[in-house]
Amino acid sequence: MVFEISKDNNVGQVVSVRLGATIEQGGTRSHTLTVGGNTALPFHFFEGQFPHPPVVAMEVFDRVSPKFPPPLRDYFKNVLDKPGEMAKKCVDEYGADLISVRLEGTHPEKGDLSAEEAAEIVQNVLKSVSVPLIISGHNHFEKNNSVMKKICEIAAGENCLFNFVETDNYKTIAAACIAYNHTLVAQSPIDVNMAKQLNILLTDMDFPLDRIVLDPLTGTLGYGLEYTYSIMERIRIDGLSGDKMLSSPMLVNPGYEAAKVKETRTPMEDNPDWGNLAERIAHWEVATAMSLLITGADILILYHPEAVKAVKGKIKDMYQTPKDE
Amino acid sequence: MALSGLDIFKLLPRTNCGDCSVPTCMAFAMKLAQKKADLSECPHASEEAKESLGAASEPPIRLVKIGGANALEIGNETVMFRHDKTFFHQTGIATVLLTSEDSGDLRKKIEEIESYRVERVGEELFTDLFFIRHDTDNENNFLETIRAVQNFSSKGLILDCSSIDILKKGLEICKNDRPAVYLREAATNQDFDLSKAFNASLILTANSLESLETQSEKARTAGVSDLILNLESINLGQRLQDSTLLRRSALKNNFKPFGHPLFSYIRGKNIYEYLAEASVLLCKYNSIIVLPEYSKALLYALFTLRQNIYTDPQKPIQVDPKIYSIGDPTPDSPVFVTTNFSLTYFMVSGEIENSGISAHLVIAD
Ligand code: B12
Ligand code: SF4
Repeated sequence: MVFEISKDNNVGQVVSVRLGATIEQGGTRSHTLTVGGNTALPFHFFEGQFPHPPVVAMEVFDRVSPKFPPPLRDYFKNVLDKPGEMAKKCVDEYGADLISVRLEGTHPEKGDLSAEEAAEIVQNVLKSVSVPLIISGHNHFEKNNSVMKKICEIAAGENCLFNFVETDNYKTIAAACIAYNHTLVAQSPIDVNMAKQLNILLTDMDFPLDRIVLDPLTGTLGYGLEYTYSIMERIRIDGLSGDKMLSSPMLVNPGYEAAKVKETRTPMEDNPDWGNLAERIAHWEVATAMSLLITGADILILYHPEAVKAVKGKIKDMYQTPKDE
Repeated sequence: MALSGLDIFKLLPRTNCGDCSVPTCMAFAMKLAQKKADLSECPHASEEAKESLGAASEPPIRLVKIGGANALEIGNETVMFRHDKTFFHQTGIATVLLTSEDSGDLRKKIEEIESYRVERVGEELFTDLFFIRHDTDNENNFLETIRAVQNFSSKGLILDCSSIDILKKGLEICKNDRPAVYLREAATNQDFDLSKAFNASLILTANSLESLETQSEKARTAGVSDLILNLESINLGQRLQDSTLLRRSALKNNFKPFGHPLFSYIRGKNIYEYLAEASVLLCKYNSIIVLPEYSKALLYALFTLRQNIYTDPQKPIQVDPKIYSIGDPTPDSPVFVTTNFSLTYFMVSGEIENSGISAHLVIAD
C-alpha cells in the first residue's frame, strides 16, 4: 500500500466551555455539560482530540408564537404554554441535553411581559428540570437588557448560557453575567471579522474567553444556510490555526429559524411537491442541524422531537468511530 | 505528483510555433500546469511528452458521466472547502428500485419519480439516477426493470446484480446510455472487460483503504478509469473521515487511485436518519447518494441543501435588476421594490402573485 494518511497539524484548540453549575459549584443543576476542546475539524477523529461531543437543546417559551407550526404543537399540546412542564417533557421524553427558555414574549411588540414575569418562568423551569439552561432573548435592546439583568440576578450561580449579546449591545448583559457567574452567547451577523471583533470587545472588558459561546447567526435550510455553513467553517479553521478570538464553541438555532419559514407551515395540499408537512418540519431541522454540525456547531437548539432523536443518535454514533491512535 | 510549468516546458517541442493558440511553448506549459489547457491542443507533442504528461495533466478528481442524453457529470472537484472556490458538480441523487417489487408498482414508481420536478429559486430540482438492485432469482425481473426505466425515464442507471451473466444481459439493454455498475465484491478482470465492452463506469466497493487502493490501481492498469469509489464504513463518523481522507489525498497529494468521485448508499433506522446521513455526505464530498426510500418531503429538503451547498460562493444566485411585471399591470397598479437576491425576489414575487393583484416589481441591485 502506497497511500499514506496525511494529517493536519493544528496549533489551536476550541475553547472548552462549561454550562450549568452543581450545588458544589454554586448552582442547583444535577450535572454540568462541557462543550468544545477539540483540536481538529469536526469529527476528524483521526487527527485530533474530541473530549466533548456536541449537545442538543430544546426550547420552551414564555409566550408561544402564533406562527408556531401546528404539527409541532401536536407533540406538546397542553404543555406548550406551561414552560416548566414542557421543559420536563423535553428532557424526560425527548432526551434534550439542556433547555433554552426563550423570552420573546418580553419584547414590547410581542407581549411585553415584565422582567418579573420572565423571572418567574425561569425559576419555574429551573425547578422542573435539573439540566443546564440557556436563556434566549431578543433584539429590543432596552427591554432585553432589563429582563436579562433580572434573570442573571435571580439565577445567580447557575451558570446559565445567556443568549445573546451583539456588537451594539453587549456591556449591560456581559457585566451582569460576570457579576452573577453566567456564560454568554456572542452573536454576529454571518461575518468572520465581526465575530472576532465582538470577542475582542468582550475580553477587553475582562470577560473570560472560556465563558463565551459564539453564534454566527443561523440561516436555515434554503434561507442563507450556505453563508452560515461557510462562515462557520472559516471560523473553525482560523481558530484551529491559532486565532484565539475565533476559538469559541458555536451555537446554532435550527429550530427557531426553521419554524419561521413557509416550508414548515405550507400544508401538502397547497404544494404537493413539497411532501408531507409533518415530516417536512423535522426534515428542515435535520438538514440544517447536520450540515452545521459538521462545520463546527457545538450547541444546537432544536424544536422537533424527531429531529432531536435523529441528530442526537447520529452524534452518538459518530463519536463511536474507532480512533487510530 | 503534479509537474511544474518548467518540467512541462522541457517536454514540449520548444519551437514556439503558436499552433496551440498560445504564443510560446513556455506560456502553454504554464497553462498546462494550471490545468487550464489540455496537451492535445499542441499538435506537435511527442509520444514521450504525452505519456509523462498524461498522468500529470489529468484533473485531480476524474470527471465521470452516467446516463444518456442528460448525463449526470460528477467529480472534477478542486477544493476541500466551498469557500476556497466552489464545488462544481453537484451530488447525484439516486433512488432504489428493487426488482422483487411488482412490475406494475415499479412502473408507477418510475413514472412518479421521473415526473417529480420541483422549482426553487428559479431552478428545477430533481433526482438524477435509479439504482436497480436485483434481489430475485428471476433474470426477467432485472431486465424488465431496466427496460421500464429506459421506456419511462431519462435518468441514468446504476446496476447492482451479483450474477455476471444476468448483468451482461442488462448492460446490453442500456449500453448506449453510459450505465454504472455497482460491484459488491472486489473488482476482477471480468468486471473490467464488462466496463470496456459496455462503456460502463464501475463503482468499486471496499472495506478498507488498502483494498480500495489495490482495486483502483488494478482497474486503472487494465485501462478502466471511469471509477467511482465506495468505501464501506462501520458508521457515519468513519464514512465522513474516509471521505475527507480520500478527497484530501486526491487534491493535496494528487494520489491517483483515489482521484475519483465517491459513492454512498444511505443507511438509517427511519427517514430522518436517512436525511441526517445524506446531509452530511452531500456536504462532505460524496458525488452519488443512494436513498433507500422515495419520499418527497425528504427529497425536497435534500434538494434544497444541495442547491445551497453547490451555489458558487462568489456569485450567489441573483436575478437581473430591472422592472418585472406580475400579472397584467397598468400605470395605476401598485409598485413594489426589493433586492436582486434570488431568494428575496422569489419570496416577494410569490407573495404578490398569491395576492392576485397585478403589480410592478422593481428589483434594485
Ligand atoms: C443571509 C444573510 C446575508 C448573506 C446574504 C445576503 C443577501 N445576498 O441578501 C450575506 C452573508 C452576504 C450577508 C451580508 C450582509 N448582511 Co446580512 N443577513 C443575512 C440573513 C441571515 C438572512 C437574509 C435572508 O436571506 N433572508 C431570507 C430572505 C428571503 O428574506 P429577506 O431578504 O429579508 O426578505 C424578506 C423580507 O425582508 C420581506 N421583503 C423583502 N423585500 C420586500 C419588499 C416588499 C415590497 C415587501 C412587502 C417585503 C419585502 O419579505 C421577504 C420574505 O419574507 C439576515 C438575517 C435574517 N435572519 O434575516 C442578515 C441581515 C439582513 N444582514 C445584515 C447585515 C448588517 C449584513 C451586512 C451589512 C454585514 C456586513 N458586515 O457586511 C452585509 C451586507 C451585504 C449586502 N451588500 O447587502 C443585517 C441587516 C441589518 C439592517 N437591517 O440594517 C441582517 C438583518 C442581520 C442582522 N440582524 O444584523 N447577509
Ligand atoms: S503548439 Fe506546441 S510547439 Fe507550438 S507553441 Fe504550442 S506548445 Fe509549442
